[in-house]
Amino acid sequence: MPLSTRSNFASPDDAFRAIVEAHRGLRDEESAELDAALVLILANHIGDLDVLREAIALARRRMLESQQQQQQQQQ
Amino acid sequence: MAQPINQSNFGYRRHADQDRSGADVPEHPVVVVGAGPVGLSLAIDLAQRGQSVVLLDDADRIGEGSRAICFSKRALELWDRLGVGQRMVDKGVVWKVGKIFHGASLLYQFDLLPEQGHKRPAFINLQQFYAEAYLVDRVRELPAIDLRWRNKVVALEQRNDHVLLTIDTPDGPYRIGANYVVACDGARSSLRRMVGAEFAGRVFEDQFLIADVKMPAEFPTERWFWFDPPFHAGRSALLHKQPDDVWRIDLQLNPDADPVAEKRPENVRPRIARMLGHDRFDFEWISLYKFQCRRMDRFIHGRVIFAGDAAHQVSPFGARGANSGLEDAENLAWKLDRVLRNASPDTLLESYHVERSQAADENIRESTRSTDFMAPTTREEARLRKAVLALAKETEFGQRMINGGRLSVPSIYDSPLSTADCDVWRGGVRPGASMRDAPIAGPAGATEYLTDAFMQCGRGFSILEFANGAQADWPGDVGIIRVKDEQGASDSAETIRARYDAEPGTAYLFRPDGYVAARFRRPTRSGLENALLRASGRN
Repeated sequence: MPLSTRSNFASPDDAFRAIVEAHRGLRDEESAELDAALVLILANHIGDLDVLREAIALARRRMLESQQQQQQQQQ
Repeated sequence: MAQPINQSNFGYRRHADQDRSGADVPEHPVVVVGAGPVGLSLAIDLAQRGQSVVLLDDADRIGEGSRAICFSKRALELWDRLGVGQRMVDKGVVWKVGKIFHGASLLYQFDLLPEQGHKRPAFINLQQFYAEAYLVDRVRELPAIDLRWRNKVVALEQRNDHVLLTIDTPDGPYRIGANYVVACDGARSSLRRMVGAEFAGRVFEDQFLIADVKMPAEFPTERWFWFDPPFHAGRSALLHKQPDDVWRIDLQLNPDADPVAEKRPENVRPRIARMLGHDRFDFEWISLYKFQCRRMDRFIHGRVIFAGDAAHQVSPFGARGANSGLEDAENLAWKLDRVLRNASPDTLLESYHVERSQAADENIRESTRSTDFMAPTTREEARLRKAVLALAKETEFGQRMINGGRLSVPSIYDSPLSTADCDVWRGGVRPGASMRDAPIAGPAGATEYLTDAFMQCGRGFSILEFANGAQADWPGDVGIIRVKDEQGASDSAETIRARYDAEPGTAYLFRPDGYVAARFRRPTRSGLENALLRASGRN
């Protein structure tokens, strides 16, 4: 099964808020640790290496492209 | 150091080859260089197959220190065929359980052989010097092996149909020729340098301290691994039992630790005392090392074939060094024997490179992963590891992600010698995988093991046949292991049927090294003959 990028949550805002609020009050290093644990838990829940790789590729691609955009805007 | 080993076995003796002069160079079919566990095992395997072997070693004594200590089930099954398995097991410490601690608490424990019905345990721990001494004793029972100590190869010249070696001895140099040379001369192989081969790979910065300490202690015979233990904050540690009340302790040090200072017993002692909670122990051996994961690009250079650490080097976590070298030896012996007897073309040897370089890649990958997990190289890697260790306290998936050394298991070869499955299998042992042991009814009705039955079949190809009442028509020169189709099948017959996903009529073809070459639900003579041709490189 390929990575699903359709909207899967009935209420996407609730999901986004849940993640944001999980980080509330944390220092950056603590947030990074929380994210690391969260990534591992969710990756295991998916349990499909192909899907995980697709997700990693998508995340990396978006991260790099938005970095480039920011740099271009700054120039 | 207590090494109850007969050192007179290791003396230099002048050989008649050294009295030959000038162009009169003695010719030998096969010369093995390096009398460590790999070279000794290879020489014995070749000799048992009827080859005359010259075995050269530049030392005249067994190497110092325990070094390799974990020998795998697969290695023991090879050593059974070489006639030394029982002695190794009798002396060794049998174990199968590993425990992983984080700080002071147990995170996870694993059993490397959770099922019954195997002749040999998952692992034994045995100092390398014992293993070598027992192999040397076995060599001395085999007149076909000519073991020459203090014979150091100093030059190598590849000719069309042989290799010319110049050998230095206490009596000066002499020369011999060989159809094939097998270099088992270790990680710093001088033969590798002589053929001009590269040995590329990755060097790890972290340093590890090995100490063998002697003490009576009541720890169980398990492999204990700590992340961030209370006695060695921020680093990892390993404790493992050896025979003679000797314990192997492995401590990770900082990359910038001073090797000379760290090795001094007065500096090592307090660390170990903190770990053990007392200082009633003696040091047997202290060694400091950094490790490397690397391999030769090609294991075969003309008529010179590389095996063991000479061909590939891994980090020690996972017991993949000596065990993979022994797997090299068992893979090569039967092939080289067939080529030397002209039973197979010399292209069969290429499958040694194909199969064992796959195994080397797998071992390097596994041991690199273990090492990276133990010594994360970036902050994010450290963070992810910390998360895994934290999650392991209450999740199974976290426990399974902890990598404190994945222990050696035989590779499954994607091999030109294998015949692809043409039937439907729900399990069993696929072509390219090694024999899975199981109880089997022996000729006298007594229960023995498949690995025994295989050994008794001789040293060639063998068929494991699950009888269905029909008269089998097998190719000649093939050993037959029969699982009877008895009514009210015994438990043991059930076990072997389950392990091989067998139905009445199923047949497996084993190579001489015990790997599966082919398997059939409805075997025919021609099908098996084709599989035999392929598996012996004659297709």
